[in-house]
Amino acid sequence: MDDMVKLSVDGVSVEAPAGSMVSAAVALAGKVAFRRSVTGEPRAPLCGMGICFECRVTIDGRPHQRSCQVPCRQGMEVRTDG
Amino acid sequence: MGASYDVAIAGGGIVGAACAAECVAAGLTVVVVEPGPIGGGATAAGMGHLVVMDDSPAQTALTRYSRALWMRLAPQLPSDVEYVATGTIWVAADGDDLAEVERKRRLYESIGVRAEALDARQLAEAEPNLRPGLAGGLLVPDDAVVYPPCAARFLLQRAILRRTAAVSLSGDGIKLSDGTFLAAGIVINATGAWAAELTPGLAVRKRKGHLTITDRYPGWVRHQLVELCYLKSAHSTGADSVAFNVQPRKTGQLLIGSSRQFGAGHSAIDATVLHRMLSRAQEYLPGLADLAAIRCWTGFRAATPDNLPLIGPTPADARLYLATGHEGLGITTSLATGKLVADRILGRPPAIPIEPYLPGREHG
Repeated sequence: MDDMVKLSVDGVSVEAPAGSMVSAAVALAGKVAFRRSVTGEPRAPLCGMGICFECRVTIDGRPHQRSCQVPCRQGMEVRTDG
Repeated sequence: MGASYDVAIAGGGIVGAACAAECVAAGLTVVVVEPGPIGGGATAAGMGHLVVMDDSPAQTALTRYSRALWMRLAPQLPSDVEYVATGTIWVAADGDDLAEVERKRRLYESIGVRAEALDARQLAEAEPNLRPGLAGGLLVPDDAVVYPPCAARFLLQRAILRRTAAVSLSGDGIKLSDGTFLAAGIVINATGAWAAELTPGLAVRKRKGHLTITDRYPGWVRHQLVELCYLKSAHSTGADSVAFNVQPRKTGQLLIGSSRQFGAGHSAIDATVLHRMLSRAQEYLPGLADLAAIRCWTGFRAATPDNLPLIGPTPADARLYLATGHEGLGITTSLATGKLVADRILGRPPAIPIEPYLPGREHG
């Protein structure tokens, strides 16, 4: 399908619909913990609208990006805290 | 009528807490009067940098003595105090500053404070996110950082707490807002920037500061970084001032400072001052622009006319002590303040002369 983009999440290739958010791609990759709290607890999207900051991941080397606010792009490299 | 104590302390910040800890350790009964959170004033607002300073010989003596006390206490501190010996790097911007690096290094060496001059390459290796082209710096490896409110809580754990506001105090005791009078042999005003409210006429002024904290970027900065001309920048006479001062926290967060303002009674963020402060920090660490700040706040330092704290009995009442006026160094100098106060109360010889810090020196 040409309305899909391919990106990598923690080194694993994922296809997501163009226009969907990175948070969707991370979920499609089967990740539960998007990030870890300061005490190491798993965190994942809560609000889905850029307010709660729980969905932060590293995108193309930039840490603390809110995955629910960034559209997927071809070739994007996403890292979670696993 | 309340109970009677050997020592009653107004103020549960780190200075009051350190005085309490020393008096308790000496076997005295101690009550601390604090209506707000423990370490909730300047103790919570500041960075928690344990640093040897050299603005004046008396300041050097106090910070050196007190930092040594922190180093001795460090193994006993609970983990939430987050003591980390990050060291300080005094950053030299240009060639002219290198002479100051050498002067400072010699001074520290002469008083037994480890310090190591860094050339431009060594500085860049130690802190890769500093801008290129800086001249060098002075590494003081035994300086450290702590989380001050938890340090205050630790120091207070053996004192009796009264969570009520003090409305007045004298050498006889402290009167509380609920009408209780706490009689005491010695009373200590340790209410920081608010000390003049309980001891009228005191030459302690509020000096406002701003701080910013970032999200977590572990390893982005490794040492406490301070511009070498900090004292010149920070204490430039009277006018609002900013200086480059960045601290790595144990969490990987960065604290970004600093600013100084007299006459700003309101705790609101001053956007102009905040912008100047962050611009200054970005001059040294250009990559800060890409990091996310998560919170900014302000606090009030207790400033005295000669930049030295007030420690010891007041001229008017030998049973009324002051322990305030620590400006931006209260976390560092709290432990020495506690020692000097307890030594004075008990008639023990102090480790360093107390005279430069005694109340009443301004008249002498």
